[in-house]
Amino acid sequence: MVWVNDIIQGILTGGLYALFACGLSLMFGVMKVVNLAHGDLAVVGGYVALGVITVTHVPVLWSFLIVVPIMAAGGYVLQRTLIQAALDRGVLTTLIVTFGLSVVIENALLQFVNANSHSLGVGNAIITGSFSLGSQIQIAYLLVLIFAVAVVVLLGLQYFLSASRYGRMIRAVADDKEAAQLSGIDYRHVFGIAAAIAFGTVALAGIGYGMYSQFAPTTGTDTILLFAFAAVVIGGLGSLWGTLLGGVVLGVAQQIGSQINVSDQVLAGYLVFLLVLVLRPQGLTTRRAQS
Amino acid sequence: MSVATETTVRSGERIRVTRSRRNVAWTGIGALVVVVVLALFPYIVYAGTTTIMVQAFIILTLASMWNLLAGYAGLVSVGQQAFVGLGAYFVLILALHGTSPFAALPVAAVGCGVAALPLWWLVSRLRSGYFAIATWVLAATVMLFIEKFSSIGGGTGMPLPGLSGYSPTILTADTYWVGLAVTVVALAAVYLLLRGRLGLVLTAIRDDEVAARSSGARVGLARLLVFVVAGIGCGAAGGVLAISQLQVQPDAVFSVQWTAEMAFAVIIGGLGTIEGPILGTAVYIVLQQTLASYNAWYLIILGLVAIVIALFARRGLWGLIDDHLHVRLFPVGYWLWAPDSGGRHGRGGLGGLGRRRGGRHS
Repeated sequence: MVWVNDIIQGILTGGLYALFACGLSLMFGVMKVVNLAHGDLAVVGGYVALGVITVTHVPVLWSFLIVVPIMAAGGYVLQRTLIQAALDRGVLTTLIVTFGLSVVIENALLQFVNANSHSLGVGNAIITGSFSLGSQIQIAYLLVLIFAVAVVVLLGLQYFLSASRYGRMIRAVADDKEAAQLSGIDYRHVFGIAAAIAFGTVALAGIGYGMYSQFAPTTGTDTILLFAFAAVVIGGLGSLWGTLLGGVVLGVAQQIGSQINVSDQVLAGYLVFLLVLVLRPQGLTTRRAQS
Repeated sequence: MSVATETTVRSGERIRVTRSRRNVAWTGIGALVVVVVLALFPYIVYAGTTTIMVQAFIILTLASMWNLLAGYAGLVSVGQQAFVGLGAYFVLILALHGTSPFAALPVAAVGCGVAALPLWWLVSRLRSGYFAIATWVLAATVMLFIEKFSSIGGGTGMPLPGLSGYSPTILTADTYWVGLAVTVVALAAVYLLLRGRLGLVLTAIRDDEVAARSSGARVGLARLLVFVVAGIGCGAAGGVLAISQLQVQPDAVFSVQWTAEMAFAVIIGGLGTIEGPILGTAVYIVLQQTLASYNAWYLIILGLVAIVIALFARRGLWGLIDDHLHVRLFPVGYWLWAPDSGGRHGRGGLGGLGRRRGGRHS
């Protein structure tokens, strides 16, 4: 029964990891940018939510209605300026610039906010409450909610990319940006849109993480970026549903690890990641490329 | 056909190929003088200064290794703190078994080189950004693994034994000399490697990996060698860190801040030049000492400066100096003296990263 509980909890936390990972995956898929500042942006999302809640007194659960547009707009601007400038200069520059951004964000938060941990929505019945399944399994409402949000976001992204006009443009640009340019698409604008979506999902993930656990300036690199990346690699590069599977596998591995020894939670997740890297470097869902 | 003929005719004329436009023998003498003067520092300056210098030696060693990785082999590693930490822990483990930490240092460095082999096997198939984050995950994994052993301090770390017999003055001076020795060896090793066959192979890979492979360059082996050398160098720096701090804490030695500092020093000084890390480390230390009382500010400023330089002066401060004065203290490329003109930039081939687009001067 303990193991069933672990697996259920693991699957549900996997939703949170998938939410972190899908922005990373989207930006790599469309712009070939590996955003090393991804985790710090999620933490920024958490701090923005904290600020918005303090100022406007919106309920925590609805704060995303304000935070997501703010972060998305920020993402568009950042992509059109800094990240695009780095992209024009090559892969190495992109890595250096996003790594620099990560260090700057983390230390700016340390300098201007403080090193304390914060969490969102303490005392809210939905966020801290749980229900029982049988005698040994306690499931938090919040985890179910986050998992549902992750599934909705992934479904929405899937639908958006395959059916909408902008989704078509994003896929076209991801395939061949010069050809898309020739057909009259401004690829820089499309990159901006993709970044806005990625930042929107990262804001959602940041809020979710703030309710689920605590965040501090260093959480972005210590935890979020590495977990998101592990989920992407486990699931398979460039596959949205693979991201969810990757998140779930990571979550379950961590839960089982913590069952063996409380301090082994994170290590168990990374070991599964390394195992996948060795045995199935293409990830669990994607087939090996033919080339 | 005509190209070949022309080459033969041309080579009939006297084409001279040298390492540099100027004679660089004086650079060697200059470097020797600098090293000798630095070696005398413990006799002439305050202990506070040598402590800062030890820090500079650590950063310079790390920076020249990161430069080798990112600037010459195209491997952007964000996980070099794995080797800093391992180097520190190997020194600690040997010291716990009764070895003097100073004697343990070279063993620890070699140990890091050996540890680099399985780690390379794990990440070698990844490229660019994925390589970057995977090395980062690897460093985190190594730290979590080390923390499992309570005999070496577990999650909290422990003081480094074996140095209590030293008087503070002697210890400070010895630490300084060890740091200096590690840095000199590291810089010399990087310089000699890049002048030799490895430098040629790396340049060929950088210019066109497929062409390099088809010409018989052993691409995988070259990258493996760079990764191992960088592991040894970063491990040695980690050992010096352990000796200078007199304790080993997992969070401190495995901090990603080490990679941030080495990367920023390289980028500011000049990625893909031997001189860049030296200049970058000087800038880093000055900034850090000036802003020391403002907590996190020096990393914010360092990060911003690195971003600006990465975008607008890709070959860093040394690149700017080189562009205007054509100075190379440690040339690893070649200079082609065409018979008609007084000498031409033919060194794009082996110069540095900035020449990647090829033929700015050709």
